[in-house]
Amino acid sequence: MRRLFFPFLTVLCLIAPVSGGFAQISASSADFDTQTITLALTQEPPQLNSMKATDQVSALILGHVMEGLLSYDRRGKIIPGVAEKWEINSTGATFWLRKDARWSDGKPVTADDFLFAWQTALKPETASEYSFILYSIENAEDINKGKKPTDSLAVTVVDDHTLTVKFETPIGYFDKLVAFTTFFPARRDFFEARGDSYGADAKDLLFNGPFRMTDWVHSASLKMVKNEHYWDRDNIHLNAINADYITEDSRARLNLYIDGKIVHTRLDGETYKDALTQRQRIRSFTTGSVFYLEYNFRKGRVTTNRNLRKAIQHVFDPEEFVNKVLATPGNLPGRSLFPVWLGGVEDKFRSEYKAAEPKIDLALARDYLEKAKVELGVEKIPPLVLLVGNSPTSAKQAEYLQGVFKEKLDIDVKIDIQTFKQRLAKMTSGDFDMVAAGWGPDFDDIMTFGDLFASWNLNNRGRYNNPDYDRLVRIGMTSADPKTRMDAMGELQRILTEDAVIIPQYEQGVIYLMHPKVKGVVRRVVGADPDFRRARIVK
Amino acid sequence: MLAYTLKRLLAGVVTVWFIATATFIAMHSVPGDPLMNDKAVTAEIRANLEKKYGLDKSGPEQYLIFMSNMLRGDFGISFTQQNRKVNDIIRDHFPVSATLGLLAVFFAAIGGIVWGALTAIYRNRLPDIIIMFLVILGISVPSFVFAALGQLSLVKINQLLGSSVIPVAGWGTFGHMLVPSLVLGLGTMALLTRLMRSSMLEVVNEDYIKTAKAKGLSPIRIFFKHQLRNAILPVLTVLGPQIAAITTGGFVVELVFAIPGLGRYFVQAVQQLDYTVIMGTTVFYGAFLVFMVILVDIIYGFVDPRVRLQ
Repeated sequence: MRRLFFPFLTVLCLIAPVSGGFAQISASSADFDTQTITLALTQEPPQLNSMKATDQVSALILGHVMEGLLSYDRRGKIIPGVAEKWEINSTGATFWLRKDARWSDGKPVTADDFLFAWQTALKPETASEYSFILYSIENAEDINKGKKPTDSLAVTVVDDHTLTVKFETPIGYFDKLVAFTTFFPARRDFFEARGDSYGADAKDLLFNGPFRMTDWVHSASLKMVKNEHYWDRDNIHLNAINADYITEDSRARLNLYIDGKIVHTRLDGETYKDALTQRQRIRSFTTGSVFYLEYNFRKGRVTTNRNLRKAIQHVFDPEEFVNKVLATPGNLPGRSLFPVWLGGVEDKFRSEYKAAEPKIDLALARDYLEKAKVELGVEKIPPLVLLVGNSPTSAKQAEYLQGVFKEKLDIDVKIDIQTFKQRLAKMTSGDFDMVAAGWGPDFDDIMTFGDLFASWNLNNRGRYNNPDYDRLVRIGMTSADPKTRMDAMGELQRILTEDAVIIPQYEQGVIYLMHPKVKGVVRRVVGADPDFRRARIVK
Repeated sequence: MLAYTLKRLLAGVVTVWFIATATFIAMHSVPGDPLMNDKAVTAEIRANLEKKYGLDKSGPEQYLIFMSNMLRGDFGISFTQQNRKVNDIIRDHFPVSATLGLLAVFFAAIGGIVWGALTAIYRNRLPDIIIMFLVILGISVPSFVFAALGQLSLVKINQLLGSSVIPVAGWGTFGHMLVPSLVLGLGTMALLTRLMRSSMLEVVNEDYIKTAKAKGLSPIRIFFKHQLRNAILPVLTVLGPQIAAITTGGFVVELVFAIPGLGRYFVQAVQQLDYTVIMGTTVFYGAFLVFMVILVDIIYGFVDPRVRLQ
């Protein structure tokens, strides 16, 4: 026996110090004296190079450690960031940068840092997935496609603190765009010194936001402390944000919350019940994302038939779907592609342009169905393939739809459950009749949703093609007049319902727990969410 | 002995090559690819990405490039964590999984041998029945149930004590490792107990035990020197592959206890179709498993004098 175990002990002793480099965990999740909070991340941030980041966890971290020319306030309105003043007209924009904006090494943030970051994001070699978001700048698209050199980008550094931008076509929401991650600055000398490893570790990044990252142990922890060089440091109350845990498991996070180790956790259908029995105060928030059923409009698909789509529209009840199938608080019944939070001309878009609510009317639906059968020349609608993701909730939702279709319209539904990448592959190749899809906003303007079903949009995976729709999208994208834009989007919303292009299911809500002593946390539909930048801990 | 070892190592290399090739083919046959994401990208951006990752080349070309890089010990850059080399991922996270795994095997081996010997001694009596009942539980209940239960118990214990004595999740100190490694080792412990029990029962009727008894040796000496040592051999055989299996199979435990191990990368890479990480982790784990099996075979020769390797 001695022989057997000795090697184990030896190896253990050898390995233990190697893995012992992981940071110590702080005592309390919200410490008043040190103004320190502890969090759990759902995953390791995959990409902290702001020019290339695409996901929410990276956006969360970058939103705390970086700052763009403009930013959002707690109500989601655009406020000054690095730029203290700006002017935007139909041909271009000018930004005046504040003189006290500094990088975490103390050097000033200059206009060139923005020019450099935007050029880098557009370089074909960078292969940034979000480079398209810069396309409103003159020559940006050509640079990205390798047709023009990067220095042809129509952005001019007038002096260290003035930046002018020329537009490719007029754009009504450039101020919202520059608050987005891809528009964050990067400093030329630092970036070039780091080369390929830029963003790989805490030491391979330079920060200009309210916090700076001091420590990043991959898949284990990530620490941020207040950036003493940040221009508005006097209004930042937290001294440190420690992401000490990284796990996707929502139950593990709930356990950590109950054990007083983290200040915030998001709940799902399962952990919601546990949190209720634990008598936790559950809060809810609408994420701004919309979920809907998308049809396949490719030739030969029965779903190209409008009457069939109308029949489905009149039996699907979003209210029932939200209450009985999703069955967690916070979700809103889907009525439109445009979620309720989007701004319109003066007020919210949805209160200015009401979305039609198709009646749940079985007789009407069957009427449409009969017409569809005649047009398609069939006795019975062939089985429809419903493509969904592989989460437990997707399966539940798909089964509900299967029941509704069978019971109300006698249409058989074949559920095709696929993992993330396979579902995307099938969506792209058009291997479905209906697909459960969703969309989250990139920036706070109606066009982040509006152009989704334009014929040229690659995310229009059902290939809906309607010249009227395309025309309205162009107005929305290029007009500078809010009323003209919103009228176009109002009309577009009408087409979506009238033509039953999609079946809106719900506007996503999340339920979460937040430490009662942590105040001033902002939940956002775009940008870093949850936003702890202006948070503080009360006694 | 040397020739035997060399022969086994050569066979091992062929096995690893086979694993790598099979994984490569399987991975590329799955619909979708690592560059596909929630938001669709234009043909130009797509082309830029393909060029950057060498996916613009044909399948056989990609295979050759992969193989020649692998021989030089380079698995490339991860697709999902675009700034990290797969080698760095393995180097950073395997020690964590290995620590957890070895501790788990340590618990499993001690538990398995002790319980197994006990059940054999108390054969068909109450301790035997109780332990064997627990063994069935240990084998049939999946580790995520134990993991969730283990963590929940920690929360309850901490609530009772009014302060968090044992960390609920995370990594860094021995306290963090204790419960996860116990949970991870339970299945193996159950397996080893059963193996040890049958092995002990087999040995107890052997002639040499009777001889030892006839010689008048003390029961304790017989137990340790003759019975246990002989009975332990089959346990040793499965221990090698079990170490590999436990070290690589800690995905669920790593997830629940927020442990930064390699198991998470191993599983998530498949979900993300992160080609380079799939290849890196599979080949690495494959080589590790093969190596453990060979190692056990060689150790066997030392433990059991009857086995003379040729």
